[in-house]
Amino acid sequence: MEVIFLLIAISIVAALGFLAAFLWAVKTGQYDDDKTPAMRILFDEKKSTETNN
Amino acid sequence: MEKETFRYDNTIVRKFAFATMAFGIIGMLVGLTAALQMVDPMFNFLTPWLTFGRIRPLHTNAVIFAFVGNGIFMGVYYSLQRLLKTRMWSDVLSNINFWGWQLIILSAVVTLPLGITTSKEYAELEWPIDIAIALVWVVFGLNMFMTILNRRERHLYVAIWFYIATFVTVAMLHIVNSFELPVSFFKSYSWYAGVQDALVQWWYGHNAVAFFLTTPYLGLMYYFIPKASNRPVYSYRLSIVHFWALIFIYIWAGPHHLLYTALPEWAQNIGVVFSFMLIAPSWGGMLNGLLTLRGAWDRVRESAVLKFMVVAVTCYGMSTFEGPMMSLKNVNAIAHFTDWVVAHVHIGGLGWNGFMTFGILYYLVPKLWNTKLYSSKLSDFHFWIGTLGIIFYALPLYWAGFTQSLMWKEFTQEGFLAYPNFLETVTQIKPMYAARAFGGSIYIIGVISMLYNLIMTMKQGSFQREEEASALALTKNYEGHKGEGWHRVIERRPIQMLVFSLVAVAIGGAIEIIPTMLIKSNIPTIASVKPYTPLELEGRDIYIREGCYNCHSQMVRPFRSETERYGEYSKAGEFVYDHPFQWGSKRTGPDLHRIGAKYSDSWHFNHMMDPGSMSPGTIMPSYPWLFENDLNTELTAGKIRAMQTLGVPYAEGYDQIAVQDLTYQSESIAKNLEKDGLQVLPNSEILALIAYLQRLGTDIKVKDGQAAMVTN
Repeated sequence: MEVIFLLIAISIVAALGFLAAFLWAVKTGQYDDDKTPAMRILFDEKKSTETNN
Repeated sequence: MEKETFRYDNTIVRKFAFATMAFGIIGMLVGLTAALQMVDPMFNFLTPWLTFGRIRPLHTNAVIFAFVGNGIFMGVYYSLQRLLKTRMWSDVLSNINFWGWQLIILSAVVTLPLGITTSKEYAELEWPIDIAIALVWVVFGLNMFMTILNRRERHLYVAIWFYIATFVTVAMLHIVNSFELPVSFFKSYSWYAGVQDALVQWWYGHNAVAFFLTTPYLGLMYYFIPKASNRPVYSYRLSIVHFWALIFIYIWAGPHHLLYTALPEWAQNIGVVFSFMLIAPSWGGMLNGLLTLRGAWDRVRESAVLKFMVVAVTCYGMSTFEGPMMSLKNVNAIAHFTDWVVAHVHIGGLGWNGFMTFGILYYLVPKLWNTKLYSSKLSDFHFWIGTLGIIFYALPLYWAGFTQSLMWKEFTQEGFLAYPNFLETVTQIKPMYAARAFGGSIYIIGVISMLYNLIMTMKQGSFQREEEASALALTKNYEGHKGEGWHRVIERRPIQMLVFSLVAVAIGGAIEIIPTMLIKSNIPTIASVKPYTPLELEGRDIYIREGCYNCHSQMVRPFRSETERYGEYSKAGEFVYDHPFQWGSKRTGPDLHRIGAKYSDSWHFNHMMDPGSMSPGTIMPSYPWLFENDLNTELTAGKIRAMQTLGVPYAEGYDQIAVQDLTYQSESIAKNLEKDGLQVLPNSEILALIAYLQRLGTDIKVKDGQAAMVTN
């Protein structure tokens, strides 16, 4: 059963890693805008013509 | 600033698409063969290589890692480039990823039918292949992260977050669960024993469902449903909440596979609580997917792609509702070990993963070949026959699971088991097994129609190897940021930091902690539990090779219906020398933990030769080759030494006399059989298997009505 401490440790490490990723994402503005990202993926097909923002 | 022009690589997507289609058919046909064997074992054609115990792992590995695995790579390599507005970082790595993955699949196709297996479910492949998997997975991750770093789109769309979580978590799970001590090139023993091994295995097993069958496919859902319907996702904010909530909760749910077992109760309860909480993010994701189509349901009527995806997401919702329910202890008491679980996973497998993959294929092939789908009538046919296939597959198994479980638990008024003969509960549900095989067959007919449809589509179009696109390059720094010093450096390298630190901590930690923590800590709490004799150990390895654990559990749960049927319930301390554990997850046949000393040696002899002779109507196959094969004792000494390394207390130098002991024991069993008039080849494998079966659960067996002294 001791292995559960190991699994908890590893799971927490993973969770902390994801937490770090989450904080990074928030800090760099990944989630500042929750409207255009959903729209933007729809427009990447037209070759070379669309404007990029 | 000027726009940069670049080209998306479509050839790698095509490669993975072909592999997905090919392995889809193969994996499902293997599954059908297994399903037919549950109706009549003659469908193994009397070969060892095709018996249920060996091809069931082949089926699960093929559909999970070959079909869905290639499907993940197909979808990721297509969407990642477009979401990041850049080509994959390295075509070489893309191709190493592709060919490496196919070689791993090929090695599975060869080794599993040969009985080369670790017996840990969905992680059956032996250690050299485990290493190859880790390497190819790292190649995939490196390619993905370098592509992310070279992106032209600052914002990481939510699908990419799902891909990242998939990579990181699968790497971690695979490495931790694959800790094993090699004995030879094709044989290893799990580092963990008994309860420990079970816990690690199901921590892995459940998260394989979570991070291989779920998160990557949710990422694909968030890309392909909006693209196919040309609508933005219902709520981008919900998708973000969905993502972070899901990955934080999922990792803890594993112990729900071990309810009422010898796992300590508090650990079981953690699993229950987190499993139940999973309803919220799962349904958030499902609703987000379905509501994306609000106001566009007319398109679903016309688009094959959307039809498949709608059913896929609905199936995802059904399984993720059912899963938490099955994690409740009182429901689990009925569902566990029955066909209910099989039905549940196939709603996920056939519905969610299968239909999602088909939808993506119907979307990608016309696009990549620059044409229209060859026949929408045929894709409609596929949709309906596939949907019916799922229903015809799942409903009989739900019925079978309930029926059998209730029969197991039923008592007469006098307080005896109503169905003391396990076989009665099997013959009762045989028609359901036949119906399931029918459902599976028509599902496969649908897939074949898709293959034809897609091949004709490819023929009428012309493949675009590359696709030109253009975008602005990314400026180096995020403007809104005001950090300084070391912090700034980390921010410039956020993803490397994340990956390298995680991998470093996880691997380093595991290597350091596991040996110190586990090997000496397995102090037996039951004094009467002793290591296996060399012959029993060899017999156990045959049990593993033949995949007996696929149909027989070794875990008597503390219910009256089980202790009446099988004997004393299983204790944690009884498994301390079990590398790997053999608790199983399904009872197609009865539990075997207390089988030892229950029947005579000659009963086992006859039963393994022809199960029908001892139990008429059984669906267990015969194992005639065990009577012909000579037991290979070349590795015996090495196996004893490996067990010693893992902390099993054989006397020092015992490996030298192990084979001698083995021969002595096998001769005595042979003599015993001779008394009953049974001739057996000396040193045949059956003797080892009988020795193992007769030993099972006897260490603390209750004798003469007196309870054994048990401290656990």
